[in-house]
Amino acid sequence: MGNKQTIFTAQQLDAYQDCTYFTRKEILRLFHRYRDLAPQLVPLDYTNQPDVRLPYELIGSMPELKDNPFRQRIAEVFSEDGEGNMTLDDFLDMFSVLSEMAPRDLKAYYAFKIYDFNNDDFICKSDLEKTLNKLTRNELTEDEVRMVCEKVMDEADLDNDGRLSLEDFQHMIVRAPDFLSTFHIRI
Amino acid sequence: MPKKSDNTRKLEDVGIEIDGDPDSADEVKNTKSKGGGKKPTGKRGKADDSEDGEDEDEDDKPQKARRANRRKAAQQQPEEEDSDDEIPQRRAAGNRRRGKPGANGGENGENKRNKRGGKKQKEGKGKGGGKKKSSSEDSKSEGGDEEEESMSEGERARLMEEVEEKKKLIANIRNKPWRMKRRLKHLKEAQLFVDKFEGALGKGKGRKLYAYKVMMMKKWIKFQRDFDNFKTACIPWERKIKEVESHFGSSVASYFIFLRWMYGMNLVLFSLTFGLVVIPEVLMGLPYGSIARKTVPREEQDSAMDYSVLTDFNGYCKYSVLFYGYYNNQRTIGFLKFRLPLSYLMVGIGTFGYSLMVVIRTMAKNADVGGGDGEDSEFTFAWKMFTSWDYLIGNAETADNKYASITTSFKESIVDEQENQKDENIHLRRFLRVLANFLITCTLGGSGYLIYFVVKRSQEFQNMDDLGWYEKNELEIIMSLLGLVGPMLFETIAELEEYHPRIALKWQLGRIFALFLGNLYTFLLALFDEVNAKLEEEQEIKNASIWFTKEYYANYTLNNPNDTGTPPPMDPADVIRGPCWETTVGIEFVKLTVSDIQVTYLTILIGDFLRAMIVRFLNYCWCWDLEAGWPSYGEFDISGNVLGLVFNQGMIWMGAFYAPGLVGINVLRLLTSMYYQCWAVMACNVPHERVFKASKSNNFYMGLLLLILFLSLLPVVYTIMSLPPSFDCGPFSGKERMFDVIIETIELDLPSFLGTLFTYAANPGLIIPAILLMVLAIYYLNSVSQAYQNANLELKKKMQMARDEEKNRRNNKDSTNQVMKDLEDLLPNRSNLPPAEEAKDKHEEKKAKVKPGAAGNGVNLQKDVSLASANPNARGPVTQAPGPRAPGPGAGRGRGQGPPPRR
Repeated sequence: MGNKQTIFTAQQLDAYQDCTYFTRKEILRLFHRYRDLAPQLVPLDYTNQPDVRLPYELIGSMPELKDNPFRQRIAEVFSEDGEGNMTLDDFLDMFSVLSEMAPRDLKAYYAFKIYDFNNDDFICKSDLEKTLNKLTRNELTEDEVRMVCEKVMDEADLDNDGRLSLEDFQHMIVRAPDFLSTFHIRI
Repeated sequence: MPKKSDNTRKLEDVGIEIDGDPDSADEVKNTKSKGGGKKPTGKRGKADDSEDGEDEDEDDKPQKARRANRRKAAQQQPEEEDSDDEIPQRRAAGNRRRGKPGANGGENGENKRNKRGGKKQKEGKGKGGGKKKSSSEDSKSEGGDEEEESMSEGERARLMEEVEEKKKLIANIRNKPWRMKRRLKHLKEAQLFVDKFEGALGKGKGRKLYAYKVMMMKKWIKFQRDFDNFKTACIPWERKIKEVESHFGSSVASYFIFLRWMYGMNLVLFSLTFGLVVIPEVLMGLPYGSIARKTVPREEQDSAMDYSVLTDFNGYCKYSVLFYGYYNNQRTIGFLKFRLPLSYLMVGIGTFGYSLMVVIRTMAKNADVGGGDGEDSEFTFAWKMFTSWDYLIGNAETADNKYASITTSFKESIVDEQENQKDENIHLRRFLRVLANFLITCTLGGSGYLIYFVVKRSQEFQNMDDLGWYEKNELEIIMSLLGLVGPMLFETIAELEEYHPRIALKWQLGRIFALFLGNLYTFLLALFDEVNAKLEEEQEIKNASIWFTKEYYANYTLNNPNDTGTPPPMDPADVIRGPCWETTVGIEFVKLTVSDIQVTYLTILIGDFLRAMIVRFLNYCWCWDLEAGWPSYGEFDISGNVLGLVFNQGMIWMGAFYAPGLVGINVLRLLTSMYYQCWAVMACNVPHERVFKASKSNNFYMGLLLLILFLSLLPVVYTIMSLPPSFDCGPFSGKERMFDVIIETIELDLPSFLGTLFTYAANPGLIIPAILLMVLAIYYLNSVSQAYQNANLELKKKMQMARDEEKNRRNNKDSTNQVMKDLEDLLPNRSNLPPAEEAKDKHEEKKAKVKPGAAGNGVNLQKDVSLASANPNARGPVTQAPGPRAPGPGAGRGRGQGPPPRR
């Protein structure tokens, strides 16, 4: 217990527990995962909140993320600087949202951000194409890609403005049977 | 009035105590200083009580001035209210100040520097004085007092609201899509606020209670959190499962989660059985060898310790605490007067009751989580696009497979979309499916007959003496082999059908389930034949045994004519005993379970491990590529494993009543199987070629389990209710029926009026109406749920219609615009392009301008919106919609005919 206490103060742990879906043990485990990425950068003492951020290259190389086609987007969305460089807070944030306990709405919100490649708060055709190409590793022909994107738009775009707003996206994703089971990372 | 003020005073102390509570350590330094500053004040307030009384008259004057002051403060209040974040600090300041005047307020009451705080403190003082000399209190100050009270009431209500709000914020802060830093900041503020003002809330008598409640709430939350931490710490194998999940996807992991769940349930059953039946018997029951049922018969004693006999669960095993026959029918055992027979029956029933409850509860929970209605094909492509990637995958090979499967699934849907299935294909496929089902039915019938045949044969074998190992174990071997070969056969046949793997998995599960069930029930029927035969046999043996006992005593008196006392009891090993069908049944189940374990483990060892070894190491010196070509590595067989588990559990449920030790064996099995299979799957298996998700199949497993539970309940209840227990073994020996134990307990141990109550309750006149009522309730609930479903469907239809309408409207507009555009293209002058286009463009530009700015800030992008509420940005297109449609009439003109677009 002794060395654990020095990483965070009790208040910090409590605050983290209030702000995430994790238990104390999980937070500590996540901290160690974070630290293992770059032991020389991350101090063992977080009581005075050092300003440390790990570059995207390290975050993206985590086994949980390294095979994910959207890893860069995930890191960008959750990092404070938008470049994928993460502080411990961002890191906790990310896995909290992706944890099993997070509610559907929160997950849907972040999923929307992840799939919104150009950050314009709408998923437009180009975003869809990017998503599809990442999912299939460019295996589909251009015609097929276009067709699929059109179909998606056709299905999900409720107000017919040619792009998916957050509401459209939520409307669609909330009904998906697999969304909750697939949009989570067990850490 | 005096009473009230008294309360308030005390309360202030309480409030102070809470504020200065060293536990709430999150308070920032200034808060601490505040608490520190306050405590002494409180004390001093007490000490100064007498002085206050003297100050009373002097206080009168300043009070007026202060009242005016307060009004000013009240006016300021709204402003404060607006600057939301400011309040806590100011309040804090006020609070902090509140104490000080208590120290110096008496001396220089006119000090106007302390506006509100000073006033309040004074008030408290005034009250303190009032309490002391309530008789001499002058009316003026009393009036002031009252006003103060009412004023602070409104304030308090507002404060209360705020505190509640903050509390809500604390509870929900994790649901807000904010950055962690912001969340932490807000959390801290809210906590500070709540800490500070919670204690000051409530009024009159309620105030103390409120403070107490708040304190308890804090403790309770802390306890809950600790308990949650503890609970998650108790869940075993989280990491193991996670590892499997990342390598093989969620479908394989669902098996291991199911296994873990089973383990948990069995642990409870195990503790029930062992805690209430086995351990009391071991500790307090008669020891081994004391009576006939606890002794190996003399003719078996020589071979009772042989390995081969023990592995058959005969010999010492048979006469041990593991089986039904060992238990004595003494009503109470030991100094605790433990009613073992009653407890035995209750545990037997409780096992089923608990299992039923847990399975149904889990099913209900799963169904609740399932949420969305998956059958809707409204969003095929969108769902494929956004939910097909399994974020759990953390293994390159699995990821490759996933990419491939996603690509194929997209291609499939594209093809489906392009041409809605060819006709000749459908006929062929239908034919193949019918053929496959025919073949499978044949297999099922064949396996059923085979088992029936073998069971009959084994009954013949029982009368013979010189039996080889095979003849003895024929039944188990055949059953295990069928369980092994059947699924493989089904899998081969199922390839004819070309179902999607997820559907194929369900079919496969259903078929194997039918196979196992058929086997199990044939086995059971054969077993019942045997039991009936034994019951007939028993009657003769019973007579023989009584006769033998009499003979023994007669002989004894004959041989020792001088001995007038009671003869020494017979050696328990020599007593003639009945067949004890319960133990026989128990042994059958234990044997079946053990052979099942062996077969499962050997299959994994040979079918997976050896195969993997051969493929891996012979590959260097083989003519073709073993890894890519024929044998390759095995895939993890989800359906077979799940069903194996389910059926194993069924056997445990059936057998546990006759062999209490079976539950223990099962717990061991599950425990080892977790480690063994985890290892095997990681070491020797490869991910499925078509990785698919395990959506909701969890409830499918549960459904199977429930069915099996019900089916295994039937025979056990039948035996308990209608077969007579053996006369010389088991806790119910000597009784007509097993459940007589309960009746006996009611008659002998409970007061008589309870007995009559039970007879009334058991009256058919009461039971039949009760059943009727239940049926009616089920009918009613069913129809209600049906109505809800219909309403749901109706709503869905309506939504769809609204959507289509919207779409049509939009499409019409688009098409007209298209026509317009074409027209425009023909015209040389492009200037009179519909203004809406431009407007729209402008609008877009504006938006684009705004967005990057917001995005540039990165963090600030997230507006202060909760998820459910409308995102102002997302609203954009909706409000904008009428804009482009405005030129509709003009466009309609372009079209020439048709109604103008609807608005």
